[in-house]
Amino acid sequence: MTEQPEAEVAWRRPDRALLRLRRQLTVALLTLPGILGAVVLGVLSGPVAGLAAVAAVAVLTWLMLGAVTRRWAAWGYLEREDDLLVRRGVLLRRTSVVPYGRMQFVDVTAGPLQRRLGLATVTLHTAAAATDASVPGLLATEAARLRDRLAALGEARQAGV
Amino acid sequence: MTVPEASVPEAASIPETDAWVRLHPLTPLLRGGRFLLVALAIVGQRGLRDASLEVFLAALGVGVPLALSVGWLLWRAMRYRLTDTELQVESGVLTKRSRRVPLARLQSVDVVRPLFARFLGLAELRLEVVGGSGGAEAPLSYLGEQEAHQLRVRLLDLAAGRSAGDSSAPAELEQEQVLVVVPLGPLIWSTLLGAPLVVGVGLVVVLVIAAVVDLTLVGGVLLGAVPLLIGVGSFAVRRMLTEYGFTVAESGDGLRLRHGLLETRSSTIPAGRVQTVRITEPLLWRPFGWARVEVDVAGYSTGGGEEQASTGALLPVAPREFAHRLVARVLGGVPPPVGDRPPRAARWRAPLSHRRLAIGLDAAHLVSTHGVLTTTTEVVPLAKVQSLRLTQGPLQRRLGLTSLHVDTAGRRLPGTVAPHRGDAEAAQLLADSTTRARAARAASAP
Repeated sequence: MTEQPEAEVAWRRPDRALLRLRRQLTVALLTLPGILGAVVLGVLSGPVAGLAAVAAVAVLTWLMLGAVTRRWAAWGYLEREDDLLVRRGVLLRRTSVVPYGRMQFVDVTAGPLQRRLGLATVTLHTAAAATDASVPGLLATEAARLRDRLAALGEARQAGV
Repeated sequence: MTVPEASVPEAASIPETDAWVRLHPLTPLLRGGRFLLVALAIVGQRGLRDASLEVFLAALGVGVPLALSVGWLLWRAMRYRLTDTELQVESGVLTKRSRRVPLARLQSVDVVRPLFARFLGLAELRLEVVGGSGGAEAPLSYLGEQEAHQLRVRLLDLAAGRSAGDSSAPAELEQEQVLVVVPLGPLIWSTLLGAPLVVGVGLVVVLVIAAVVDLTLVGGVLLGAVPLLIGVGSFAVRRMLTEYGFTVAESGDGLRLRHGLLETRSSTIPAGRVQTVRITEPLLWRPFGWARVEVDVAGYSTGGGEEQASTGALLPVAPREFAHRLVARVLGGVPPPVGDRPPRAARWRAPLSHRRLAIGLDAAHLVSTHGVLTTTTEVVPLAKVQSLRLTQGPLQRRLGLTSLHVDTAGRRLPGTVAPHRGDAEAAQLLADSTTRARAARAASAP
């Protein structure tokens, strides 16, 4: 997929804190239990099996961290004059264009983990159910700024369905 | 959404639009009748099991007055009023409910006449508005037939920004020009030339095989096929009953559709409210050159089985040239022909349908054709576009393909997709359709 060249510079990304959060989650949910399992395996069936399991966990962690990073880097949004562009996805790549005038409402949500880091997700809703434009991991101030700006632009350009 | 600029308030129209009105006084009979059927089903079953006529009669003696009085209470609590900008409905005995339906958001008005209501000369009015969630926003059941038709004309007038007193209802009703009445023959054949035929032929083949292998199997196969036959049969019968006598007419307030054998429905689609059009040509229809047209407006109800008697057809079956002419009429402009084919690489991603994939884009519409057995052509007026999306899966990326999705506010037909275009072409398409959608939106705004 090719983006418009003039737009390339201005794409904004979720905050780095989101990347840190996703990495920590990977370690907490995959690596630590994996190491624990490998230790148990090592005790039960000898050091060779244990070391092999540790190696497997290490490789898996490395792959997952790479995937998490690429997934984070793929997220981006771009405020253009008349519409918002949102792109995401590594395996399944998606780019959405939502004209400001089509916006019905803007949601700002934050789960417990995001909230602890002061992050929030901004989601745009239009009258179409298929519209898929949300940006996670924005700092609370940026989320509020984006929400207010979108709401104002939406108000200014509202078109009839 | 037009602003009523030239509407001079006339003294004559004011009392007409401002008074609270009750529903038709026969409403309790019909409403209560429904309640009574449920009650009878519960009590009557016991009465029949005990084989005692007394219990049954007693149930009837209690049930009929009860049902009627409940119906009467509900009727007394419900009233509506039409102002220049909204329809106000108040209802409820225990829980009072008051609804305001802004007419600017009105998408379509249906007059539905269920079988029993027809015997009493009654009709139900269903309004569809933007953002209406499941089921009609404000069904007015029941009104007198004449009253329902007049109210519909007035609603559409007000929604279009015309003053209520401008047109007298009966004259307006006669001002329509019938475009087509679908004959019974093609309707029946087109319904049968689909799932019913496939299931029928499949069943015969299986039966023959079963008979050759072991004659005793035949009974089992027949028995096993019963649910399938009932399913297919009821689908076909339902469709024929709903679309019987399908009439499309053009009038000052938009396209009018009338159809139905037992329950008749008459809907009006105001001009410029169509979100998506779909033209389908199933494989078995192709020898006859037939096509089916479906449309979707914003907020048309999807859920609630009983409410959804309409099948969304604009035209159940017709020669394809005529279908395309009607599509141009409902869209208010001829959509471009589909001619742009995807790159050759698309055949690896869509081996069965790549021959059919094609799109067309002009200043006002995006058209896309796809489908394996059934050729489906979807038209989206660019002025109705809600959002645009590019998607690319892993295999598509290998082949350098990207799909463009166009989303509208339709519920049954939520837009269309231009599948498997070349990467650069898709990006260009996205840019082009975004700009054109903006221009079209600006042009259609009041």
